[in-house]
Amino acid sequence: MYTQALDIPGQQPKGKPDAVENAAYQAEFDARIDAGATIEAKDWMPEAYRKTLIRQISQHAHSEIVGMLPEGNWISRAPSLKRKAILLAKVQDEGGHGLYLYAAAETLGVSRDELTEALLSGKAKYSSIFNYPTLTWADVGVIGWLVDGAAIMNQIPLCKCSYGPYARAMVRVCKEESFHQRQGFDALLAMMGGTEAQREMVQDAVNRWWWPSLMMFGPHDADSPNSGQSMRWGIKRISNDELRQKFVDATVPQAKVLGVTLPDPDLKWNEDRGHYDFGTIDWDEFWNVVNGHGQCNVDRLATRVKAWEDGAWVREAAIAHAEKQAAREKAAA
Amino acid sequence: MGAQMTMQTTPEHLEYVLRLGDAALIHGQRLSEWCGHAPVLEEDMAMANMALDLIGQARLLLSHAGKLEGQGRDEDALAFLRHEGEYRNPTLCEMPNTDFAHTILKAFLLGSFSLLLWDRLGGSGDLELAAIAAKSLKEARYHAEHTGDWVIRLGDGTEESHRRAQAALDVLWPYTNELFAPNATDDAVSAAGIGPAWSELAADWEAAVLPVLQHATLTVPARTPFQSTGKFGRHSEYMGHLLAHMQHLPRSFPGAKW
Amino acid sequence: MERKEWPLWEIFVRSRNGLDHKHCGSVHATDARMALQVARDVYTRRQEGVSIWAVKASDIVASDPDAKPELFDPAEDKIYRHPTFYKLPDEVDHM
Repeated sequence: MYTQALDIPGQQPKGKPDAVENAAYQAEFDARIDAGATIEAKDWMPEAYRKTLIRQISQHAHSEIVGMLPEGNWISRAPSLKRKAILLAKVQDEGGHGLYLYAAAETLGVSRDELTEALLSGKAKYSSIFNYPTLTWADVGVIGWLVDGAAIMNQIPLCKCSYGPYARAMVRVCKEESFHQRQGFDALLAMMGGTEAQREMVQDAVNRWWWPSLMMFGPHDADSPNSGQSMRWGIKRISNDELRQKFVDATVPQAKVLGVTLPDPDLKWNEDRGHYDFGTIDWDEFWNVVNGHGQCNVDRLATRVKAWEDGAWVREAAIAHAEKQAAREKAAA
Repeated sequence: MGAQMTMQTTPEHLEYVLRLGDAALIHGQRLSEWCGHAPVLEEDMAMANMALDLIGQARLLLSHAGKLEGQGRDEDALAFLRHEGEYRNPTLCEMPNTDFAHTILKAFLLGSFSLLLWDRLGGSGDLELAAIAAKSLKEARYHAEHTGDWVIRLGDGTEESHRRAQAALDVLWPYTNELFAPNATDDAVSAAGIGPAWSELAADWEAAVLPVLQHATLTVPARTPFQSTGKFGRHSEYMGHLLAHMQHLPRSFPGAKW
Repeated sequence: MERKEWPLWEIFVRSRNGLDHKHCGSVHATDARMALQVARDVYTRRQEGVSIWAVKASDIVASDPDAKPELFDPAEDKIYRHPTFYKLPDEVDHM
């Protein structure tokens, strides 16, 4: 399960200004948000709130679906039957999470097909982390440990977001998610207890995934112009930098247990802050990958397009059969 | 029938259990290839569930085979470190996915067969095998139902889906001959009360499969003399590629722990 | 051929006997059998259920949130419907 901070500039909805909307409804909505109440699907909501939610939930859903691919790359090559079953169940869960989230987005009046078209046309974004390649089996473990770990940090606050269907989907997602991080760490522990070649494989994977994992929390708060509104609306609860710090603090001791080095010479405990300090994130790399120039951007999208197009005749067949059946039942009645 | 403890494991008994384990393994491996690529998200979930059932069955069966063999080989040694000629799955299991129709037809033909087989194996004199069968029977019921429904939707759907389903059936049907080919292993196992000779299941299998194919408006191809031989260890060209892929890691890192 | 989306079904799962079916999400399916099968695959992967209801989303009739005042507020002052409304002598207050 994977979100990166979903407030990347340039993706603000281009809706009409809120001023044309009913002021009384707006006031009631604001009051409910301020009181921490939950907004449900059929309740009145400002158009900008609805659009922001659709964008955020669908980006989140797309991330789950595209996120099946990097790890799915290793299902057929998993090194033991136990690991094969675990990985398949895990990647399947990501599909399930995508499904829950599409269902939550559909309550806002968009169809899953529309959202899918937006992904496949390149209009909608998904988490950039999946544009990095999975080069070895250790990547599967590291994705579970670091990428899912970062995602969980991002997601737990969303279980309390102001939009009911999204919050409930996230509760279900988070419940299933904790197995994902644990299985990753468990796989890495096993490898660290194996041969020297395996330990090198793990360290190499950590070296490649550490910084991209930190980028998953999105730009610094100061460079995150939409965060304020999302906070105000209760669809974002904790800031990017705060979550990132929490993740670093939680991960450093885990790395020690595992026996790997995190690839950051500036990483050290700061007694005054009570947190770990860490080095500077390469934001050029982040934006390059977001803007389509990662190793796998083209492949990931092409794979989704192919699955969707290859499946068109299947989806049509099921509809055609159901229509025939209905007609037959009608004729027989 | 005596419990297995008192039974000397015969080569035929071991071969029969390996055949069951390999069938589940290779079929599961193929189904898992769909994960992330299915025509619709719901079906992605369904196919992964079936693959997980099959991999689970393979683990139990190969572990059991390892114990019967008594050479200290566990499920992974058997799954990953044998040569192609030692795998005993029917060739049908290793056939490529090609398109959704091939996968569904294959899973339906195999699932309907497994359903009958597990039902009979519930009474096996090999009590471990009987316990695995009882668990697998429930899973096979769902597989046969889910894939059977899809066979009907594809066959009786659009012109294109009908054409694809028929093409898949035409390719796969001849491979079902192999399921029922008589052989000495089956004879010995059947005589020992361990499990049915697969040829005994032919009539019941046809009775289960043909009405669904008919409902799907598909034409059942005429039987031909074609005989595939995977369960005797001579496989199709597809098998080598499947194994190269599946075995690559454990073979590249001898002594590694996963 | 014009592309049509599969109908949406709302899924309700009874987690164990003795409890109500509870709404847990939705799936797309072209017929009732498929809806039940995929609901099983999507929503009961961790033994979350012993029974599933699938209802076509288009068949659900929902109350209008704007009608909340006339539907639900009138119950507000009927406090005598609640057991705590009645102050009874201590000896019998557990009734």
